[in-house]
Amino acid sequence: MLQINNLHVALEDEDKQILKGVTLTVPAGQVHAIMGPNGSGKSTLSYVLSGRDGYEVTEGQATLEGHDLLEMEPEERAAAGLFLAFQYPVEIPGVGNMTFLRTAVNAQRKARGEDELSAGEFLKLVRERAKALDIDAEMLKRPVNVGFSGGEKKRNEILQMAMLEPRMCILDETDSGLDVDAMRLVAQGVNALRAPDRSFLVITHYQRLLDHIVPDVVHIMNDGRIVKSGGPELALEVEQNGYADILAEVADA
Amino acid sequence: MPEAATIQTPAVEGAPRLSPAAQQLQARLAATPPPHARATDAARTDALDRLSAQGLPGPRDEYWRYTDPAPFNTQAPDPIALDAASGDPTLFAGVDKLRLVFVDGRFDAAASDELSLAGVEIAPLSQADAQPDHWVGDAYGALEKQGQSPAARPFAALNTAIATDGAVIRVTGRAARPVQILYRRSDPAADVTIHHVLRLEAGADLTLLENGLVGARGNIVIEADLAPGAQLHHVAAHRAGVPRVSNIHLFGRVAEGASLKSFALSVDGRHLRTESVIELLGDDAVAHVACAMLGDGTSVHQDDTVFITHTGLRGESRQVFKKVLKNGATGVFQGKILVRPGAQKTDGYQISQALLLDENSQFLAKPELEIYADDVKCSHGSTTGALDETALFYLRSRGVPRERAVVLLVLSFLADALEEVEDEALRAEIADRLEEWLTARAKG
Repeated sequence: MLQINNLHVALEDEDKQILKGVTLTVPAGQVHAIMGPNGSGKSTLSYVLSGRDGYEVTEGQATLEGHDLLEMEPEERAAAGLFLAFQYPVEIPGVGNMTFLRTAVNAQRKARGEDELSAGEFLKLVRERAKALDIDAEMLKRPVNVGFSGGEKKRNEILQMAMLEPRMCILDETDSGLDVDAMRLVAQGVNALRAPDRSFLVITHYQRLLDHIVPDVVHIMNDGRIVKSGGPELALEVEQNGYADILAEVADA
Repeated sequence: MPEAATIQTPAVEGAPRLSPAAQQLQARLAATPPPHARATDAARTDALDRLSAQGLPGPRDEYWRYTDPAPFNTQAPDPIALDAASGDPTLFAGVDKLRLVFVDGRFDAAASDELSLAGVEIAPLSQADAQPDHWVGDAYGALEKQGQSPAARPFAALNTAIATDGAVIRVTGRAARPVQILYRRSDPAADVTIHHVLRLEAGADLTLLENGLVGARGNIVIEADLAPGAQLHHVAAHRAGVPRVSNIHLFGRVAEGASLKSFALSVDGRHLRTESVIELLGDDAVAHVACAMLGDGTSVHQDDTVFITHTGLRGESRQVFKKVLKNGATGVFQGKILVRPGAQKTDGYQISQALLLDENSQFLAKPELEIYADDVKCSHGSTTGALDETALFYLRSRGVPRERAVVLLVLSFLADALEEVEDEALRAEIADRLEEWLTARAKG
């Protein structure tokens, strides 16, 4: 599904290398987690894959089902099936959540040469999917993320994911700012979307999210590289011993 | 109506006493046939005298620092081809209203609805003026005259002196339908001076819609006198997409518990200045003025100048101005809140914001507060910024193409100003028209 090969990325405005050769393959249907200390480059990876400005790819490739991601505009990546759940979802006053969702869904359908959803079809779909995430009609009516609590914002991200039905979902610290109940709700939403033709890359600091969204593979990232990969037990090891032990072990090897 | 009096500008060192601007105006006055005014004759003479005494804005006039007064005073405006803005605008087309049509600044009875609406008396100024004892004689020019101090507004005085027509509206109850003033043209070079007088009696309620293209150049004055508890909603949207030149004045006087809310949608145009001069005279009076503006191109210059005076207790005023500027357009905002001695518990608010879509456009803002009472709440803010790149990325990452994402963010930026339109259906219609306009423009 997603293939990243020797990806090197620098900040555009300053001479600073953030990613120093990331290589990673996420096969269809799998959930991979990336853990790592602050500043290791996890969020940068998510932004570069989704096409945010301000980064320069100096070396390497990233493909989604064989399509060169790095050549595409952000909206083209989205239409190709990539989705990033933001760590800090953006507030857009004056634009209704519903309008936003419908614009996004239909823009993607149009880009893929599919028919746009009618107002009725869309409404039915959004009501059904919102209900599963405990998002009420009031939240759908409000401007995008404006006045939403931390938990509501994250649930709204998952609703967008559920509506857009992407092939490859990247979750950037979706657990940050969530209490236990909210995290469970979000995790349920994600788990409901797990499918043989859909993959996930879950970026997180903490193991606790991975109790709810159980990954197939866990990667440890440090200083712009994947330094260790393993099964879900690797996340438990981080939880118990912190990153220092693992990083020391890697450095020794 | 006297012969055109000598108009003088303030003496400028080295300049002749009678400046080119004053000569220009004299020539215009000489060419303007005196209206057959009876009720308003005294007011017109007085306005001309005042104009002669105060003169025209000079090059160093503080009040005209950001906007050149010259285009409002040239001998004749540049014509705007009739097919450049043919047909009526679609905005307000679906609203159930009473429509008054003015063609080249003159009332067109045949094109207008029958002037009958419960609780509302309506007459064209040209007809009201023919009756020597019509109430308009006392009202005409009264608020305009008062609004000349502390800052002079010579083009408003000129308007009072020479206006050819307008709507004279007295509201005694709750108007069942909005009244629409629709401007049309038959002459590409129409140079229109039009003067509307509104009197809302105690507890009266009126929504006034104003749109269309008044002329290649328009000098519009609206005087709105609100008795206790009266409510006026004014929504104006002058024709978009043509290089119109206009100087508009709204003079308002708001009595106890009355409320005046005015919203304008301003799209493009060439040289525009809108002045809102409102006094909250009674206690618990309310005045809101707002504008959503889009300017595209170096030729666009749009100026909003606001002067709110708090005289009564517990007055509430809001100024919400949002300007979206691109391709070298200029936006100006001069907003003042004056709190008179004794106007305690005043709540004054002012925000002016510009969204610059490129580096060639500019926004000039001059917020002013002048407060002579010690127990008031007044705040003002002014910002100039570019599109929020994070929000743009957020929308694009959901598959929304860049062009469309920019349209959504512009609408988002303007939302606060649109919120000032209280009627939900009207607000939605304005938002739809705005969106259509932005979408069409994004493609061009």
